[in-house]
Amino acid sequence: MYTKDGEKYFIVDSHMHYWNAAPDNWVPGAEQYAKGWIECFHAYQGLGPPHTHWPIEKFQKYSEDDLMRDVFTDGYVDVAVFQPTYLKEWYSEGFNTTERNAALGEKHPGMFVANTRFDPRDGDAGLEELRRNVERYGSRGVKLYTAEWNNGSRGYKLSDPAAYRFLAAAQELGIKNIHVHKGPTIWPLDKDAFDVADVDHAATDFPELNFIVEHVGLPRIEDFCFMATQEPNVYAGLSVVIGGLMYARPKFFAKVMGELLFWVGEDKMTFGSDYGIWEPKWQVEGFVDWDYPSDEFSDYPRVNTATKKKILGLNAARLYNIKVPDECQLPATAGTPGAQDDAHLVPGS
Amino acid sequence: MTVTVDRASAARAALASVRDPELDQPITSLGFVASCVVSADGQAQVRLRLPTYFCAPNFAYLMVADAYDAVSAVPGVRCAEVVLEDHFAADAINDGVAAQAGFIGSFGGEAIAELDELRAAFLRKAVMAGTDQVCRPLLAGGPAPAALRSMRLGDVPPSAALDRLRRRRADLGLPAGDDSPLLVDPETGAAVSAEAVPLHLRRARVTRAGIEANTSICTGMLKQRYPSTREAT
Repeated sequence: MYTKDGEKYFIVDSHMHYWNAAPDNWVPGAEQYAKGWIECFHAYQGLGPPHTHWPIEKFQKYSEDDLMRDVFTDGYVDVAVFQPTYLKEWYSEGFNTTERNAALGEKHPGMFVANTRFDPRDGDAGLEELRRNVERYGSRGVKLYTAEWNNGSRGYKLSDPAAYRFLAAAQELGIKNIHVHKGPTIWPLDKDAFDVADVDHAATDFPELNFIVEHVGLPRIEDFCFMATQEPNVYAGLSVVIGGLMYARPKFFAKVMGELLFWVGEDKMTFGSDYGIWEPKWQVEGFVDWDYPSDEFSDYPRVNTATKKKILGLNAARLYNIKVPDECQLPATAGTPGAQDDAHLVPGS
Repeated sequence: MTVTVDRASAARAALASVRDPELDQPITSLGFVASCVVSADGQAQVRLRLPTYFCAPNFAYLMVADAYDAVSAVPGVRCAEVVLEDHFAADAINDGVAAQAGFIGSFGGEAIAELDELRAAFLRKAVMAGTDQVCRPLLAGGPAPAALRSMRLGDVPPSAALDRLRRRRADLGLPAGDDSPLLVDPETGAAVSAEAVPLHLRRARVTRAGIEANTSICTGMLKQRYPSTREAT
């Protein structure tokens, strides 16, 4: 929980990681990709305030103690949602797996939500793995990285028939929240890999599922925004937006926030630190203090305390049915987070 | 010596005509040209670098191929070598461009078409972003958004943003003359209807915001990766 000026903010970090990207986990022959991936992430960290930068050695493999301190003790987070990314073609034990996350989560009951993932190209074995993970870890959300390399394939679309098969199975297993992360590769390579049209299709055809588009579709914010206005079950995951822009590029951060508030709305935007890329502490503090920097932004929707409480935690708490203390709830006049009429939420625990 | 220097500046000037298709900015001002030299016997060597190891290979290919074409066309350049560095698909792109193999030829079974449609899709985004750049100052001057519908390009006071919008429209084969409507559908070139104007302008605004945010992240990442880079703003 974060308290500022007498206001109490319940913080859900809806997009964070516990990875091992150290050389001991690099797949022989794929070292350049494993190294390239983590160096790219490390450069992203450089867009945050200098005092929050880590040396590459720590960044490759931070400890359990680092995570618990950075996220919970110092970072104000009440509940954190693990978002796994496997990348097993590059990392022997996976970059950030359901198992690795859950092993940490099991030591700290109530502090984590253990999402899992699937890859539609894994066929029946992948379906079975999804079923096992949901049963074992109680996952109610999945993280999908559509640019993952898999056995010669460089990626997939959410609208592929194989992906629909997995989405249907996930829904049957009780999954509610689909976190989508686009990357630079896909088949065929001549198409725009970041295009979100496939999310649009899937969101239309699976109205019972919520689609949280991580990084708000960056670098296709405009396509994402337009899609989100048409699909009631599409949400904006703010990971990278706050971490990558708020400190480094405040003017463009203001523009992007203004656009998101206009097109998507404050009930459907969720904070994610993207830890270990960025620590949540400065993001939470900065966002609570944030407002548009000048009159140049006067035609964008206003932000107030309720807006920030929804984005920092109440919206995600609603999506994951996380209990919020009364002192952090909004007054009845502030509306209901999580887009009340449209969201299909995790059932009562 | 002077001739070599002149050729190198001419080659660099040619590279300034090459744009990142996503960001709609010259690769020179983005800091993507690591070096450009031309030897006394007319061999040009260009090294390109991008903000991340995993920048999208289709856009990377377009920049390398365009740079090759631009430098090859410089008078006095006998042959050109353009090399993309520090990128996961560098070998496929560099070999493919050197062999003039096209995108399909460079990426074998991973691609089924050349990149003309991808390039056009991003030119359309550039037209939308440019529409915001041209229209925002007009609206600040007083008229209601609906008034823009009846304006022609020739009614707009001259500016660099207007020239650029005209060039992007012309590149797409859209009307770009003085008597062309200011607001057109970037797919069809048809004038935007009165009721569609507010949404059109909002889409123009968000498209510009998206491109600007991407550019700011890309230039920031390039500086993280190559700290000596002069930061473009």
